Amino acid sequence: MEEKAKVQFRQSIVVRFAGDSGDGMQLAGTIFSNVSAGLGDQISTFPDYPAEVRAPQGSLNGVSGFQVHMGHGVHTPGDECDVLVAMNPAALKQNAKYLRKGGAAIVDIGTFNLGGLDKALFTTDDPYTEINLRGQVVEVPMTSLVKAALEDTGMDFKAQMKCRNMFALGLVCWLFNIPMESPIKFINNKFASKPAIAQANEKVIRGGYDYGHNIHASVSTYRIETEEQRPGIYTDVNGNKATAWGLIMASEKSGRPLFLGSYPITPATDILHELAKRRDLGVKAVQMEDEIGGICAAVGASFAGNLAVTSTSGPGLSLKSEALGLAVMAELPLVLIDVQRGGPSTGLPTKTEQTDLQQALYGRSGECPLVVLAALSPTDCFNMAFEAARIAIEHMTPVVLLTDAFIANGSSAWRIPEEDEYPEIKPNYVPDSLKAVWKPYMRDARGVRYWAIPGTPGLEHLVGGLEKDYNSGIISNDPINHAHMVETRHRKVENVAQDIPELQLRGDRDADTIIVGWGGTYGHILDAVRAVRSQGKKLAMTQFRYINPLPKNTADVLNRFKTVIVAELNDGQFASYLQSKMPALNICHINKVQGQPFMVQEIVNEINKVMEDE
Amino acid sequence: MDEKNIQQQGEQQQFVQRDYKNDQTVRWCPGCGNHAILNVLHKSMAELGIPPHMTAVISGIGCSSRLPYYMSTYAFHTIHGRGGAVASGFKTANPEMTVWQVSGDGDCLAIGGNHFIHEVRRNMDLNLLLLNNKIYGLTKGQYSPTSARGFVSKSSPYGTVEDPFIPAELVFGARGTFFARSIDMELKISQECMVAAVKHTGCSVVEILQNCMIFNDGIHKHIADRAFRADRTIHLVHGEKMVYGKDNDKGLVQDGFGLKAVTIGQDGYTLDDVLVHDAHCRDYFLHQQLAMMDGTDLPVALGVIRDVEAPSYETCVAQQVEEAKAKHGFSCLRDVILTGDTWEVK
Repeated sequence: MEEKAKVQFRQSIVVRFAGDSGDGMQLAGTIFSNVSAGLGDQISTFPDYPAEVRAPQGSLNGVSGFQVHMGHGVHTPGDECDVLVAMNPAALKQNAKYLRKGGAAIVDIGTFNLGGLDKALFTTDDPYTEINLRGQVVEVPMTSLVKAALEDTGMDFKAQMKCRNMFALGLVCWLFNIPMESPIKFINNKFASKPAIAQANEKVIRGGYDYGHNIHASVSTYRIETEEQRPGIYTDVNGNKATAWGLIMASEKSGRPLFLGSYPITPATDILHELAKRRDLGVKAVQMEDEIGGICAAVGASFAGNLAVTSTSGPGLSLKSEALGLAVMAELPLVLIDVQRGGPSTGLPTKTEQTDLQQALYGRSGECPLVVLAALSPTDCFNMAFEAARIAIEHMTPVVLLTDAFIANGSSAWRIPEEDEYPEIKPNYVPDSLKAVWKPYMRDARGVRYWAIPGTPGLEHLVGGLEKDYNSGIISNDPINHAHMVETRHRKVENVAQDIPELQLRGDRDADTIIVGWGGTYGHILDAVRAVRSQGKKLAMTQFRYINPLPKNTADVLNRFKTVIVAELNDGQFASYLQSKMPALNICHINKVQGQPFMVQEIVNEINKVMEDE
Repeated sequence: MDEKNIQQQGEQQQFVQRDYKNDQTVRWCPGCGNHAILNVLHKSMAELGIPPHMTAVISGIGCSSRLPYYMSTYAFHTIHGRGGAVASGFKTANPEMTVWQVSGDGDCLAIGGNHFIHEVRRNMDLNLLLLNNKIYGLTKGQYSPTSARGFVSKSSPYGTVEDPFIPAELVFGARGTFFARSIDMELKISQECMVAAVKHTGCSVVEILQNCMIFNDGIHKHIADRAFRADRTIHLVHGEKMVYGKDNDKGLVQDGFGLKAVTIGQDGYTLDDVLVHDAHCRDYFLHQQLAMMDGTDLPVALGVIRDVEAPSYETCVAQQVEEAKAKHGFSCLRDVILTGDTWEVK
């Protein structure tokens, strides 16, 4: 493609595909990100899809988007896109705000007729002006070009139009200098059982690519420079899949079979899907009759000696509260994955938030401590799912792992770890030396109960939700014993701090201000810190993955800063948690509760404001 | 669990009743029907000979759900209504164990109703003792989902205005494969039902009509009283004639689409007219009619009413695991990931 005009060299670029939810935008985006990852780019993706399965065609509610950030130095899917592909007027209207100034919007002009404009509630015949479009518009007659390309296939119009996504993809591939071989391979794999469809899609993607070639003079094109990556074998993984895989790794490393009790709920269901497939690795994933059944089955499986997991989102966590309390009381290992979404109640099922933190920390009856963790990114879901399982098994406690819709659905390139990169997990079995005198609630020096696996002769025992006598494990209503047991369970969870990494400080150690985040906001905060420091200002950063207990150096790290800015996608839940633990901290807040991830620029602006006030 | 496994486990060592009970003081009220049920459970376990370490007893909340405290097996006293879901996860995770679930009419049919119908539908290989005293005992006397319409209790001072569940109907509605019924005082029949429940592969529901001395004394008296129990109940045995009565002179015969109680030798009825019980019949039409008999015109049916073979859930899961492992031959997670789209960075 040596004849390409106006080639720009960029570190990274962002492409957003937007169309009707039936237009195949998620597929086009996924193929594009996989193909770019295969060429050695770092990638980060963000599917932004509607809650409705199929809203009326062409309507604003039915718009589905998929954003891909590729290149190097990629930590987020990007605030704004360089190229927006809009398959209809509604998609353009809903997504124009994401187009960078000077970026390009590629629209299927074939859909910009009166009917299409009406459905998208445009009131004038100049849609671009009406929505104040900031970039260049490339009008492509995709509808008619696709129709022409497929004329001799005998497909009806509706079937032909289903291939439009591939035309858009072909055009975008041309823009970014991506050879056609790998997307075509992908299409042929995807439609292996339907050769006619595969052929039609191949024809259309080539048509898009060639069309781009023919109109080269009118679009600024980009070339991405790639960065050295750590050698190894890579794959593209989203957070939910990484979570499922991390759990499987933990099962392999602990020798305990993996059991999932679950119930479908957006945006967590893909964990169930992935683990259901893994019967080929011995995983037992069970779809129960409701959320409560999901966690209760997991509690039963844990008692039976499995690495037991339940997966859910916020409303499901509410339903699971009582059974979580049972697992705390019975002191059984259990992993609960909460893929957070917009709430309260049904809220915004497909959108992201960090609003379940305090529910995870406190949402149970009684004094009911458990371990709470959070994953930073799609690939970190693997690490933290492994960690959740490790801590649950080695410390005989339920662990809640908080991810969110953003990292669960977003994907990144991930180096597949070697078997020996993760440590062995050592279940706290009853030692042989104790078998003769063992009682069910007997503890080791860390205050951790032993795990007696049913089926073992001589270790028959009872656990349950009633308070137990500290020594005998028999039910007890004794007031002093109860207080002692409350304290024992609390100390057991606090002791986990001895077994987790210390908090890492990034940026300027001698700064007055630190920005603090937790979980899935990591990439956005990291980029914001870079941007602020590039202005010559001093700023430190830390991102929490271990929330309860906090890493043991937390107070040492945070107390040295005059100002602690806590940025989170809620109204200040982590900030008030930190404040309760460290009352002396001077905390400022950056909060966003819109069902959307942060934008880097928003964080930068807020940090600058705080720093100016100082 | 099938007969072969029971025998294999039993042959290794003989067990007696006391091997299944512990030294805890039993804290049910004196005269509570649960004492007899607990005793029969220990006896049934000894008869089956499955070792205590291969047995788990799982319960929810309620008087009946205290039963696991008196077992020397593996045991789990869970939360209200959820015993079925916990037991389902337990059995799926560890199919080698023989799993008992103990529940009451409130625990099983009100708060736990959803788990109950689904464990029955899935045919989880669980042995479910449903102790039905038609009252909430532990919370001191509220009506339950099995209380008759009009029943006066602390929470229904003007009488209830709702119809009760008949547990057997729910079992059949959920396409259950096993249903048996006994009375707390009928020790032999209870033992027969419990042993048959374990021998049946799948979800075995054993309803035991149980008397609560304190809050609902005599609720089953109209059938359970020794004075007329023989005439108002029938002990069904697979392959045997449906005869009953203190003189064994009564029988059940087909009457149109329904059943009729007759006296053998009267009105032209002979023993040949009396039906033979077939617990293994897949169609549950007649099982349901038998289970619905209420002791007024027709005797309440006791014993194993339905016992039909069908694949159990946890066995099918284990089988899928074996088949999927054999088909793909993956040794670890990495093998699976490497079959997807990957690229190498050198």
